[in-house]
Amino acid sequence: MDFLLTEEHLMAQKMVRDFAQKEVYPTIKEWDRKQQMNPDVLPRMGELGILGINIPMMYGGQGFDYITLALACEELERVDTTLRVVMSVHMGLNSMALLQWGTEEQKQRFLVPQAKGEKYAAFGLTEPNAGSDVAAMTSTARREGDVYILNGEKMWISLATKADNFLVFAKTDTHANPAHAGITAFVVTKDMKGFTCGDIHGKLGVRAGSTGWFAMENVEVPVENRLGEEGEGFYIAMSCLDNGRYTVGAGAVGLIRACLEDSIKYCHERSTFGKEIGKHQLVQQKIAYMQQWYDAGRLLILKTGWMKNMGMRNTRETSMAKWYATDMSVKAALEAIQIHGAYGFSDEYDVERYLRNGKGAVIYEGTSEIHQLMQAGYALGYRVDRPIRCELPAYDPEVWQREAVVS
Amino acid sequence: MHVVVVTKSTPDTAAKVTVDASGKPTWTEAMVINPWDEYAVTEAVLLKEVHKGQATILTVGTEEHSEALKQGLAIGLDQAARVWDDALVGADSLLYAKAVAAAIQKVGNADLVIFGKEFADLGSDVHVYQVARKLGYAVLGSVSKILEIDFAGKTIKVERMLEQGKQIVTSKLPAVIAVLKDINEPKYPSFIGIRKAAKAEIPVWSLADLGLDAGTRQTQVSAYTNPPKIEGEVEIIEGASAAEKAAKLADKLIEAKVI
Repeated sequence: MDFLLTEEHLMAQKMVRDFAQKEVYPTIKEWDRKQQMNPDVLPRMGELGILGINIPMMYGGQGFDYITLALACEELERVDTTLRVVMSVHMGLNSMALLQWGTEEQKQRFLVPQAKGEKYAAFGLTEPNAGSDVAAMTSTARREGDVYILNGEKMWISLATKADNFLVFAKTDTHANPAHAGITAFVVTKDMKGFTCGDIHGKLGVRAGSTGWFAMENVEVPVENRLGEEGEGFYIAMSCLDNGRYTVGAGAVGLIRACLEDSIKYCHERSTFGKEIGKHQLVQQKIAYMQQWYDAGRLLILKTGWMKNMGMRNTRETSMAKWYATDMSVKAALEAIQIHGAYGFSDEYDVERYLRNGKGAVIYEGTSEIHQLMQAGYALGYRVDRPIRCELPAYDPEVWQREAVVS
Repeated sequence: MHVVVVTKSTPDTAAKVTVDASGKPTWTEAMVINPWDEYAVTEAVLLKEVHKGQATILTVGTEEHSEALKQGLAIGLDQAARVWDDALVGADSLLYAKAVAAAIQKVGNADLVIFGKEFADLGSDVHVYQVARKLGYAVLGSVSKILEIDFAGKTIKVERMLEQGKQIVTSKLPAVIAVLKDINEPKYPSFIGIRKAAKAEIPVWSLADLGLDAGTRQTQVSAYTNPPKIEGEVEIIEGASAAEKAAKLADKLIEAKVI
């Protein structure tokens, strides 16, 4: 058993940290108040290679492993959740699905520009009336010759107004039994006729990001944009969540660290009753818990990353890591605010933003309640993971670092 | 074209440095590349890209200084070397400069040697001038821009930012320059660079490898102490108007012999 991160891991982590701290942190409050995304964020993440960090070089990526993805997410969310959200949808929910399920032609057409950061990617599963209950979706895809005609509306979509390519789920068979067997996955691009999108404002958190909706009105999607087979969409969506949740959990670990680091700093700065507040035992208890949550959350996430590297199925472990880390990130933010007292309650300090941002992650990508049902299901033997047609490929440095052959 | 960058690792500028019980300076946070050297490294990478040449990064120091070398390689420099020898423990700037100059000569064919403005930990740039003197190269400090550089014709024209204003200077190559923040926007390491840097095996040269003898040191550090604690008090000057407050403040400052 080896808990050591490699020099590559540490240098990549530092690079992402420097980017987030130097280029995003100084103005994050402004963008959060404006409820807009800093327009430099996506292009810079693309230029620096972060948007293709764990995609093989032959598909335009940087050829790093899945653990590096988690380390990057931790650093990004240490600064602001909206940065990590980019990785969750662009990488976890979309690009990794193309790597896992895409045909070679689809990888060349969609994955390569996404990994290079030339195109931004998002994910369209949730609908206004279908969240945890995925099979209740009403979006439809009707085949007509060489195209599918897509209709429907998707909601709570990260990067809705920023992304170029959307991985969209719709029913090709509305009478399928069970209902989820009628779902199919498609790549829809924003330039397709009948596609419209917009942002949602007034959210509690992730205000410096883009969260919105998109609607499809008789959008013609070529057959070659179908990911996987007809009726395979539900399994694809669930496999996407194994990767999206991984990035969310890794980010939540970063959010716990943010709470911990900011609280430690404040503990040394602020004095009450004649001593710095870090000397008070009840404050120390909060710090100790935050450290415990950070250490445990990080171990859960890194183990999941190791399983991904090895090519092992990790649905249960990912669910556990995401559930634990996000729940604890909300608790850590509450404690961080408590340590900061009234100052923590104002946006003069960052900790109130941590709470607002953290709360979203116990809702999206599987509510904490869904994860509890999953964990109980595994423990009681009600739930068993069955093999899927396309597993996420194990990390093989030789393959990942092989350059594309220029023809 | 061959450009050499000389660097070292320093405590992070955000780190809290204190002198511990044994009398040695100690600090929080990990070591980072000397912040001024980020500009030197970036300038070397930019020159390399334009002139299609080679760039080397050197350090004189213990293993922890390899961090700075790795950072340089990750940003895009071609090769690195480290000089270390037990005889260099506690070296003064002159011995340091001798070692740097010898390492530059060992690497060979340097057209341009780039330093950051100073070492952030020591707050000193004397080594820049000492290295130039040992090499017999021209030295240009406070360089804010390379205006022209002709490696074939062996000339360089730079802008120097001085307290009195800007100065445009032309010099022969090879030369030693020390660069300011204005010269560029520091580059981040690339992921491909990180992979190369992590795999790089960096040679370590001893003084004997450089044909040097530590000799007798001119200066030695005898002790480090923490700076005295500054104790201050805050007094709010009250008054009905700004003029009244200003008058009271002026009286107080005169009383305290500040003005």
